[in-house]
Amino acid sequence: MELDSKCPTGPIETRWERHRFNLKLVNPANKRKYTVIVVGTGLAGGSTAATLGELGYNVECFCFQDSPRRAHSIAAQGGINAAKNYHNDGDSVYRLFYDTVKGGDFRARESNVYRLAAISLDIIDQCVAQGVPFAREYSGYLDNRSFGGAQVSRTFYARGQTGQQLLLGAYQALERQIGTGMVKMHPRSEMLDLIVIDGRARGIVTRDLLTGKVESHIADAVVLGTGGYGNVFYLSTNAKGCNATAIWRAHKRGALFANPCFTQIHPTCIPVSGEYQSKLTLMSESLRNDGRIWVPLKKGDKRKASEIPEAERDYFLERKYPSFGNLVPRDVASRNAKAVCDEGRGVGETGLAVYLDLRDSIARLGKNVIKERYGNLIDMYNRITGEDPYQAPMRIFPASHYTMGGLWVDYNLMSNIPGLYVIGEANFSDHGANRLGASALMQGLADGYFVLPNTIGDYLASNKFPKVEASNPAARQAEQEVAAITQRLLGAKGTRSVDACHRELGKLLWEDCGMGRTAQGLKHALSQIPEMRERFWKDVKVLGTGEELNQSLEKAGRVADFFELAELMCLDALERNESCGGHFREEYQTPEGEAARDDEHYSYAAAWEFRGVGNAPVLHKEPLTFDYVHPSQRSYK
Amino acid sequence: MSAAVVNPAGRAARFYEAPIGKKAVMAITGIMLVGYVLAHMLGNLQIYSSNRDQINTYAAFLHNPASAGLLWGARTVLLLAVILHITAAVQLFFQNRAARPIGYVKKDDVPASYAARTMVWSGPIVAAFVIFHVLHLTVGAVMTTRDVGGNPITPDVRYNVISGFQNYGVSAFYIFAMILLCMHLYHGIWSMCQSLGISHPRYTRGLKKASAVLAILIAIGNCSIPIAVMAGWLTD
Amino acid sequence: MRITLHIWRQRNASDKGRMVRYELPNVSEHMSFLEMLDVLNEELITKGEDPVAFDHDCREGICGMCGCMVNGVAHGPLPETTLCQLHMRHFKDGDELYLEPWRAKAFPVVKDLVVDRTAFDRIIAAGGFISVATGSAPDGNAVLVPKDNAERSMDAAACIGCGACVAMCPNASASLFVSAKIAHLGLLPQGQPERERRVTAMVAQANQEIFGSCTNMGECEAVCPKGIKLENIALMNRHFLGANWAGREGVEAD
Repeated sequence: MELDSKCPTGPIETRWERHRFNLKLVNPANKRKYTVIVVGTGLAGGSTAATLGELGYNVECFCFQDSPRRAHSIAAQGGINAAKNYHNDGDSVYRLFYDTVKGGDFRARESNVYRLAAISLDIIDQCVAQGVPFAREYSGYLDNRSFGGAQVSRTFYARGQTGQQLLLGAYQALERQIGTGMVKMHPRSEMLDLIVIDGRARGIVTRDLLTGKVESHIADAVVLGTGGYGNVFYLSTNAKGCNATAIWRAHKRGALFANPCFTQIHPTCIPVSGEYQSKLTLMSESLRNDGRIWVPLKKGDKRKASEIPEAERDYFLERKYPSFGNLVPRDVASRNAKAVCDEGRGVGETGLAVYLDLRDSIARLGKNVIKERYGNLIDMYNRITGEDPYQAPMRIFPASHYTMGGLWVDYNLMSNIPGLYVIGEANFSDHGANRLGASALMQGLADGYFVLPNTIGDYLASNKFPKVEASNPAARQAEQEVAAITQRLLGAKGTRSVDACHRELGKLLWEDCGMGRTAQGLKHALSQIPEMRERFWKDVKVLGTGEELNQSLEKAGRVADFFELAELMCLDALERNESCGGHFREEYQTPEGEAARDDEHYSYAAAWEFRGVGNAPVLHKEPLTFDYVHPSQRSYK
Repeated sequence: MSAAVVNPAGRAARFYEAPIGKKAVMAITGIMLVGYVLAHMLGNLQIYSSNRDQINTYAAFLHNPASAGLLWGARTVLLLAVILHITAAVQLFFQNRAARPIGYVKKDDVPASYAARTMVWSGPIVAAFVIFHVLHLTVGAVMTTRDVGGNPITPDVRYNVISGFQNYGVSAFYIFAMILLCMHLYHGIWSMCQSLGISHPRYTRGLKKASAVLAILIAIGNCSIPIAVMAGWLTD
Repeated sequence: MRITLHIWRQRNASDKGRMVRYELPNVSEHMSFLEMLDVLNEELITKGEDPVAFDHDCREGICGMCGCMVNGVAHGPLPETTLCQLHMRHFKDGDELYLEPWRAKAFPVVKDLVVDRTAFDRIIAAGGFISVATGSAPDGNAVLVPKDNAERSMDAAACIGCGACVAMCPNASASLFVSAKIAHLGLLPQGQPERERRVTAMVAQANQEIFGSCTNMGECEAVCPKGIKLENIALMNRHFLGANWAGREGVEAD
C-alpha cells in the first residue's frame, strides 16, 4: 500500500491556500443532496457538524453521552494557543509552527503543522464571535498567558475552564443547526462498526444505548471525531466513557492506525488512593510555575513532609535541569517523577507520588497571591484528598492524558479508506510524538471549523455516490457482526466484571508501555496481552440483556477493543527503536538521560494495517521530511 | 426563531403564556396590593388618635359623594388586581404541580424560608380572611354594625371595629391572618422585585431586609388594634 | 465505615420503580461517591444482580453528566460540588443515604438513577447561541468586552447543564439553567443583536417542555455545583419583560 499524504509542496506559507484553491467545490444548491455522518461531538466533531450544517449539508451526528455538550473536550483546563502576537513579544505563525514541530520531537508533518498554526488566528476570532467569554484585560482586550513552557504569551483562556467554554461555543453552534433541521442529533448512540461499500466509507452501524437497537445509517461520507484512547490504561485523566471503539472498528475495516505508541503522560495529577480508584484528576501544570517538586533524599522516609529538613529534601528537577528547573516539558517531568518513585523515594501511602510544594512561594509572595493564582486548583485538591495545600505539600503523580497516535489521515484529513475522515485527537496528524500544552483545543477546532469543511467538498464533488439502502448486504453483515459481539459478551457468563479485566490490562500496560519502555517489558506485555484477552472473552461477566440500557455491556465492548489496541501499542513501541517525545525507550537515551531520537531510521509515521485478531499487523511507513525546521536534540539543561 | 407577525392581543397572550409573564402580572398586582395594605393600615391607625372621631371623619371623607367615584374606582382596580393575582397564582400552581408529577421519597429544603415554601397556603388563607373582613366591616353581614347617619350613610367605624374585636374569635382570626400576611409579604415583596428583574448584588441583601421589615411593620401595625381592644386600651 | 443505601431502582421508563436497601460495610473515606457506587455495582455483579445504572463521565465535575438526589439534596450535602467530586469523608459511619433520580416531568427516568435531559438541549437549540457562520468573525480584539461583563458572563457560562437546579426546585423550574445561558450571551456585546429573540424563544421552549415557574426560593442556587447566581434569573426576567414591552419584533409599522 502506498501512503499518499497529499501534502502540497512549495513555500510552506502558501501551501494551504494553494491546496484549498485546487479543491473542487460543491455547488451550493447541491449540498443538501449530500449526507455526512459525524461521530463524536467534542471540539472537533461538534464544530464540524455545526459548520457542515451551516454550509448546507445534511448531517447525522452521533454521540454516546446524553447530550453533545458532555464530550470530554469540556474538561480541558489550560487554554488554547494562537499566534496573534497581541503582546508584541515576538510571536508569529512561523514561531508557533516551529515550536509545535520541535515540541513534537520531529515526528509530525510540516505541512499540517503550519496550517494548524495559521488557522489558530481564525479560531480565536470565531470563538470570540460565538460568545466564548475569554479572559479580558481591564481595557476590554483579550488577555493572554504563557503556558506549558512557551516563551511567548499566546495562550487564550477562560479561567481554568477553557475547554468547557470552547466546547459550549461549538455545542451552541451545533444546537443552532439542530434547531434549523440541518443536523439530526442522535445522542446515546454508540458507533460500533463502519460500513464500507465498494471500498468507500458509506455509513456506520450504531447501537441505541437506551433500547439496544442496532441500526445502520447510510451517508456519503463519514467523519470520526471520537477522541483518543488514553483509557486503555484504565486509570487516566480521560472521562470514564472515552474509548477507542469507533476508530478501532474502523481500523478493523481497513483504516490504518498510526503511531499508536505515542501517548502523553501528564505530570501533575492527583495520585491514586486505593484499589477502587476509577479515574485520575489532572491539575493544571501551571502549578509548576510556583510549586517546587521534591522527594526525600532517603529511601522509604515515612516522616511527614513538614518534619523533613531542607537538607534531606531532593528537588530533583531543579538539581538535574538547573536552567528549566520545575518547568521542564511534560514528558521529562513525568519520567523523572517515576524514576524517583522506582528508587523507593516516592511519598504518600502508596509510595507512588512526589511532592509539589507551594511553601516557598507562599513565603515569598504571600498566601493571597498564591490563592489568587491557584485558588480553584487548591480547592479541588482539597476536595479530593481532604488535605490543605497551604499547610502541607500536594502529592502528585503522572497519569495518561492524551494520545498523539490515532487513525492515519492525509492532508485532507481523510484516512486511507475513501470517504472516511478522522479529526481531532482521533487522528494522528499534528502533534508528532508529543503535544504541547494548549494545542489540543487548537487542533480540534482547526480540523472541525476550518479544515474538514473545505476538504470534504472536494471528495463529494469528485465522486459519484450510487444510492445505497440501509438494507444492503454490507450493512446487514456489519449489523450481524455487531450483534454477534453483543451475544458473545452476554453469553460468556464468566466470573469477572468488566472493570476488573480492564484494570488488569491497564496495570500491565502502565508498567510495560507507560512512561518508560524497554524491549524486554514490551515483549513481556506482548506475551501477556493475548492471554488476558482470551481470559476476558471466556471469563467476563455481563449481566442483563442487549435490549436495554446496559452500562456493563457498553463497557465490555469498549474494553474488548482496548485488549486488541493494547497489543498494537506495544508492538509499535517495540518496533520504534528510539526515544522521541512521549515514547521513551530506556535503551535509547543520551548520556544525560534524555530521549535519543534516531532520525536516520525512524523519521516516519508508522501506519499499521489490521490483519485479523492475533495476526501480525502490517507496517506501512510514511517518511517525514523537514524542509524548514531541522531536527535537533531537545535540551532543557 | 421565526419572526411571525404577532398582533397586540397575540403578543399579550404570548407574554402571559410564559411563566415569567404570569409572575410579572403577580408582581405588579402584588405591588398594588401591598400599596393598598399599607394605605389601609395607615388609615386604620387613626383609631389611636386622641380625637375619638378622627377615624369616622376619615370614613366620612372616603364616603363623601364627591370622592365616591374615586372610592369605587379604587375598589374596582383592587378587585381586578386581586383577581389577576389569584388567577395567575392558581395557574402557576397547577403548572408547577404538573412539572413534577412524581415527588421525592425524601426531600430537603436547603435555603428556602418557611415563608417562601408556604406562599401557596398563606395566599388562600389571607384571601379567605379578606372575604370575611369585607363581609364583616364593609358589608356588615357578619355581626351587627351601626352607622352614624349622614348622606350617604357613613358607618360608625370606631364602634364597628371595637365591638368586632371584643369577640375573641374574630380577633384571633384577624391576628392569625395578619401573621400569614406578614409571611406572605416577607417573601413576596422581595420576590416581586426579582420577578420584575430588579436585582443587583449591591442592593439585593438590603432589599430582602427591607421587605422583611415592611412585612413585619404591617403585621405589627394591624395586629396592634385587636390586641389593644382585647386588652381594654381601646374602648368605645 | 458502614453506609446504608436506599436506591431508587426502576428497570425502564414503564416500570413503576421502588426503593431498595443495600449495605456497604467497608467504605473508605477516600472514595468518591461514585466510586462507592462502583464498589456496590461490583458486589451486585458478583452476586448476579443487575448493577445500579447511573450517569457519569468525566468524574471531575465539569461534564455535567452525573448527579442524583442524596437525602433530598441534589448532588449531596457539599456546596458547589458535583456528586463525582463528593468524597465519602463527608459522611459518617452508619449513615443512611437515600438516592433518587432527578424528578421532573421534563426529565423522565430512563433507568434507576438515569434520566433524560434532552429538554435542555432543545432549549439551547431554540435560541441559546449567537448566530455566527464559521469564518465570518472579525478579529478577536475588534469588539472590546469590559472585564466586569466578561467575568459575569463567565460566571453564568460556567453552567454544566447537570439539571440539579430543576431537580431541587420545588416547582421543577429550569429558570436557573435558562437564565445562565441568557446571562452568558446577553452580557456580551456579541450577544446583543439576538438578545430579544433569544430570551423570548428560550423561555417559550422551557415552558413547552413543561418546566415549572420560578417562585424565587433559591433552592437551585443553593445546590448549583457551579455557583450560578439567582441574579441571573432577575436578568432573564428583565430581558424577557424588555423584549415584550419594547421589543420591535413582529410589530407592524403604521
